[in-house]
Amino acid sequence: MSSSPAAPAAAPGRGLPVLLALAFVACALLIVLGVWTHGRMPTLASRHGASIDAVIRYLLVATGILFLLGHGVLAFFVLRYAGAGERGSPHASARTEWRWALVPVLVMCVLAEGGVLIVGLPAFRQLYVDTPADPWVVEVVGKQFEWLVHYPGADGMFGESRAELVSDARNPLGLDRKDPNVKDDVWTRGQLRLPVGRPVVIRLRALDVIHSFTVPEFRVKQDLIPGFLGRTQFEPTRAGKYEIACAELCGLGHYRMRGFIEVQEQSEVDEWLSDQDPAF
Amino acid sequence: MAERSGSGVLSAPTAPVGHAGAHSAPQGYLRRYVFSTDHKVIGLQYLLTAMFMALVGGGLAALIRVQVAWPTLAVVAPETYLSVVTMHGTIMVFFVVSLALVSGFGNFLIPLQIGARDMAYPLLNALSYWTIVPGCLLMLLAFFVEGGAAAAGWTAYPPLSALAEAVPGSGLGQTLWLLAMALFIASFTMGGLNYITTILNCRAKGMTLMRMPLSVWMFFVSAILGVLAFPPLTAAALMLLGDRHLGTSFFLPGGLVFGEEVLAHEGGTPLLFQHLFWFLGHPEVYVIVLPAVGIAFDVIAAHARRPPFGYRISVWATLLIAFLSMIVWGHHMYVSGMNPLVGEYFSIATVSITAPFSVLGINLIASLWRAKIRFTTAMVFALGIISVIGTGGLGGLYLGTSTSDIYFHDSYFVVGHFHLMIGVVTLMGTFAACYHWFPKMFGRLMDERLGKLHFWLTYVPMMAVFVLMHYQGLSGMLRRYYDHSMYAFQAEGIRLARTISYFAFAAIAGQLLFLVNFGWSALRGRRASENPWEATSMEWNTASPAPHGNFEADPVARRGPYDYAPPGSRQDFAPQWTA
Repeated sequence: MSSSPAAPAAAPGRGLPVLLALAFVACALLIVLGVWTHGRMPTLASRHGASIDAVIRYLLVATGILFLLGHGVLAFFVLRYAGAGERGSPHASARTEWRWALVPVLVMCVLAEGGVLIVGLPAFRQLYVDTPADPWVVEVVGKQFEWLVHYPGADGMFGESRAELVSDARNPLGLDRKDPNVKDDVWTRGQLRLPVGRPVVIRLRALDVIHSFTVPEFRVKQDLIPGFLGRTQFEPTRAGKYEIACAELCGLGHYRMRGFIEVQEQSEVDEWLSDQDPAF
Repeated sequence: MAERSGSGVLSAPTAPVGHAGAHSAPQGYLRRYVFSTDHKVIGLQYLLTAMFMALVGGGLAALIRVQVAWPTLAVVAPETYLSVVTMHGTIMVFFVVSLALVSGFGNFLIPLQIGARDMAYPLLNALSYWTIVPGCLLMLLAFFVEGGAAAAGWTAYPPLSALAEAVPGSGLGQTLWLLAMALFIASFTMGGLNYITTILNCRAKGMTLMRMPLSVWMFFVSAILGVLAFPPLTAAALMLLGDRHLGTSFFLPGGLVFGEEVLAHEGGTPLLFQHLFWFLGHPEVYVIVLPAVGIAFDVIAAHARRPPFGYRISVWATLLIAFLSMIVWGHHMYVSGMNPLVGEYFSIATVSITAPFSVLGINLIASLWRAKIRFTTAMVFALGIISVIGTGGLGGLYLGTSTSDIYFHDSYFVVGHFHLMIGVVTLMGTFAACYHWFPKMFGRLMDERLGKLHFWLTYVPMMAVFVLMHYQGLSGMLRRYYDHSMYAFQAEGIRLARTISYFAFAAIAGQLLFLVNFGWSALRGRRASENPWEATSMEWNTASPAPHGNFEADPVARRGPYDYAPPGSRQDFAPQWTA
């Protein structure tokens, strides 16, 4: 049966390879082009965000080149080696094969690990490691389906919260009025005021399920895990209004768990804060 | 390449285990087609089950696309939307792709390709299939219970998945989800043990490990990964059931408040579940992607008329990928509050996978070098796989790098990325396998013209859908949203939603075309000879369709699996069973 096989089912027409090669090239070009036309990120508004954007730009260039190269070679091979015909032996020596294995290994080690360690680490440091001097500290508490903002007040101390004191209408944070630190605390529903040009530390906790504090303009995303006191830190660099969204599926109202941030001069924030009623 | 007959573990056992050739085929419809222990029948049963589940999963995908693109129509309520998203993900990952590719083609191909007469444990094999059937039924039943199907996402993070108070789907629906998943894992573990044993013990004479086709190698590695990684999720599922029904607090900390009610749970942590889930979840990606890559190697070799470039290197790269895939699960948790230093470790380990993975990519492309490509449907799908792996794989770098993941986490970028890798690559692998091995299933060929049309209706719209989702993610659009219109920052991304939906509908229509082709060709397709593709591996050394017991005489492997264009021979190929 192996000596005179029936003709293989596919007719090796010239049209299909050309079409395929064109599709691969077009796909590669369109995808790269699309980054310019459709890949716009929200305007940056934080200091560490510049490093995150640098990583993304670095990856766009690095992977873009590999992507174009790979699809180019693929398209070329599809065209060049379509159908039967005379060509050299396809057998490569073990040495050639190992050499070609070494190329991607080296390229990816430099490119990918370089992205993580050299380009990526500085932003990571600013976000997680550095302790900012004189930060503006505020607490954001996630519950289904709103963001509660808790300001420590003039004493700079957060009052105690207790789960059994939570009352949706009057005391959603469950603040303990017996705690002396609570007296001047201020809380709002989804209204977060931040000073421009000053480091901000946000304490994060959740009352019910996991939520995730996200502000795309700040390049900030941090989960709120029930049972943990989490934190995130950044420095707003542009005054203006921003939205807080929830990035972790938290239930029916996940999509409408919206909060608002207003970044202003420190004096304006202070003035606004002094106009608010204290918790008790 | 790979001609060396090794010793020790690399040497093949002299006599294949499994039932002997004299064993006659069972009579009677039930024993033959329903409660069969024949690996080919079971493989087909898996494949058909997966096709049925794909209709459900695809229907859910269409619903999602309508809701996201036309939120004002409100085709589903918010709670139903979450169930739809959750069930689409679960069904597609576990009950479509895993079933069709790993269970379906793994079963069908492994014994045929290593020259065995059946699996090592045929009865266990049947049991593993009949375990997944109630799994599928339970999963589907969840749509009809009070509160609806599970709605906590396919990742089922507690507390959302642990408490009926948290979301309506976390009632009975979530319990059914957990039971169905436990059945799936039980079935998959039985299957994996069977694959490993079969490959180690039942190879034909002369079939050394390094003479196995790459598809078998990848099924082998995938089975090992599955057996190692899946049991922790069973444990997690049981613990979650305990939290839900027995008052335990594995995943629930103290002080949870729902509607002014403080829950009695105390002392657990939701992060533990995430670790257990992703300890399975990440290897699962390779469990289903690797077989697709192996199939691409096989199909490309047969239709490009040359051996795959770097067979041995591909085997080693695959083993390295498998090892690395077990130690990178934390890259799903960069923003979870996990210690950032641990996050940095996971980032370094994760992106190191790109090194062996790009070796596979280079070897796939180089397997076309000086080839004589026959553009069959199987082949164009395999070529498509190269393109999609390249696209999706490079996108993975943005997510594996912890710094950029802060921005991309839980955005549509992630949705686009994982759909390319574990959706499109695996589906195209399944399709390439269907078109290529159809003769061994039904003794017929699938229709090539419909097949080509199916390819274009798969590659073009699916690439469009999932690449555009990357742009949505770049612009900041978040996933699992019932309605994005409330947010100013998501307005940019949502502009693409309708375009994506149109492409998605085209892709779904294309898949219906495949089902038509499959059914029609099984009954009416052109008759296939024993070896219609002039391929070299062992499964072509028997009739089409392959009979019960697979081979007339015990086969012997006398050379490597890919002896195409053998040097010094006038013939274009030398089958594995020829001297």
